Amino acid sequence: MDAWRIAWFTVLCATGATLIVLPPAVVIAWLLARRTFPGRAVVETIVSLPLVMPPVATGLILLMLLSRRGPIGRVLERFGIDVVFTWKAVVLAMALMGLPLLVRTALAGFEQVNVRYERVAATLGASPARIFLTISLPLAWPSVLAGAVLAFARGLGEFGATIVVAGSIPGATRTLAVAIYGYTETGRDSDALVLLLISVAIAFAALWSAHRLVERRPA
Amino acid sequence: MIDVDIELVQGSFTLAARIRIDSAAAALFGPSGAGKTTILDAIAGLRTPRSGSIVVDGRVLFSSKDRINLPPQQRRVGYVPQDVALFPHMNVRRNLLYGRHPGLSPDLDRVVGMLEIDRLLDRRVTDLSGGERQRVALGRALMSGPSLLLLDEPLAAVDVPLRRRILPYLLRVRDHLRVPIVYVSHDREEVEALADVVVRLDAGRVVGVDTPGTRLMP
Repeated sequence: MDAWRIAWFTVLCATGATLIVLPPAVVIAWLLARRTFPGRAVVETIVSLPLVMPPVATGLILLMLLSRRGPIGRVLERFGIDVVFTWKAVVLAMALMGLPLLVRTALAGFEQVNVRYERVAATLGASPARIFLTISLPLAWPSVLAGAVLAFARGLGEFGATIVVAGSIPGATRTLAVAIYGYTETGRDSDALVLLLISVAIAFAALWSAHRLVERRPA
Repeated sequence: MIDVDIELVQGSFTLAARIRIDSAAAALFGPSGAGKTTILDAIAGLRTPRSGSIVVDGRVLFSSKDRINLPPQQRRVGYVPQDVALFPHMNVRRNLLYGRHPGLSPDLDRVVGMLEIDRLLDRRVTDLSGGERQRVALGRALMSGPSLLLLDEPLAAVDVPLRRRILPYLLRVRDHLRVPIVYVSHDREEVEALADVVVRLDAGRVVGVDTPGTRLMP
């Protein structure tokens, strides 16, 4: 059935987007929590932008950057990589929209880690990389994971940026949110309802696990 | 021999201390806000003085003149903070082995035997009593093979009977492992039992140094 294919495609893209955005988001969150550097406020603002900008505008920025005449798209085209109006654009749009949620949640997690643990680890001879991997990250892990779930959930519901940069190509770029809109527009209400129920189920499961993870966060 | 001669500014507080310690155990003694912990942090490399030098056994850890400022990782200074800061997500054994350094570290069996924590190795640190936590933190610092041990109010968080039980372990560290100890305290009884030099501090200045012969304690 078409609905399950759309749902599966959306889940796959949201998963990919979360995995792509996870490493840079964790590093940015840790830097914001632990380091003072010039331009810190600028980084914090840019990272949060997708949260406050209209998603359609974010999609438009992506489109301008990634289209064949855009600065990034032109370089990618030389390597034969086409992003706009493909599944890659879907993943990128979801990743960008999930980034602020992941950074903010992980940042809160890193800020909760007592800096004493990291300092003691340093006196015990651990390098900054080892301290990050064995102390900071494991202690902030519940928050990082909760942030990842939120970013995933955000990806599932992504509409504005996706429709601009990836369109609504059946079997190629059509996600749950885009399909629901399309079905509603064309009067296929029962198809839209099925997708709606699937969306609710997936989003519920994702948010429920995020809440469980945050509740288990160590003091 | 520990030679600290530093000036360190922290907000409105200025620490200007010159301390030479050549003993097995020295206490930094004084009221809160005197700068005791700040000195430990500076020796451990967790705070950077504005100027001066820190030399331990001829090894320059910090020198503003020669632009030397070893990171904490390279200082070989074991540090037990006041809240002990055992890593909560690791069991006792993993805490003890965290800073193990092949060639430098003492034998784990010897350390856990001396501190009588051998039965705790597989316990979660969150299940330990106050005294056990102190001993595990001490063991963790010792296992990194330090050339100097810094203890910040090691007995402040425990009650008096427990304090009397932990003191012998500190004496063992001092006498058997021969790791010099610098520790912070505002408890006279504890200072008298453990330290052979007492550096008295007040408001960021050294106001006196007492040795057994010249002890000024009432």
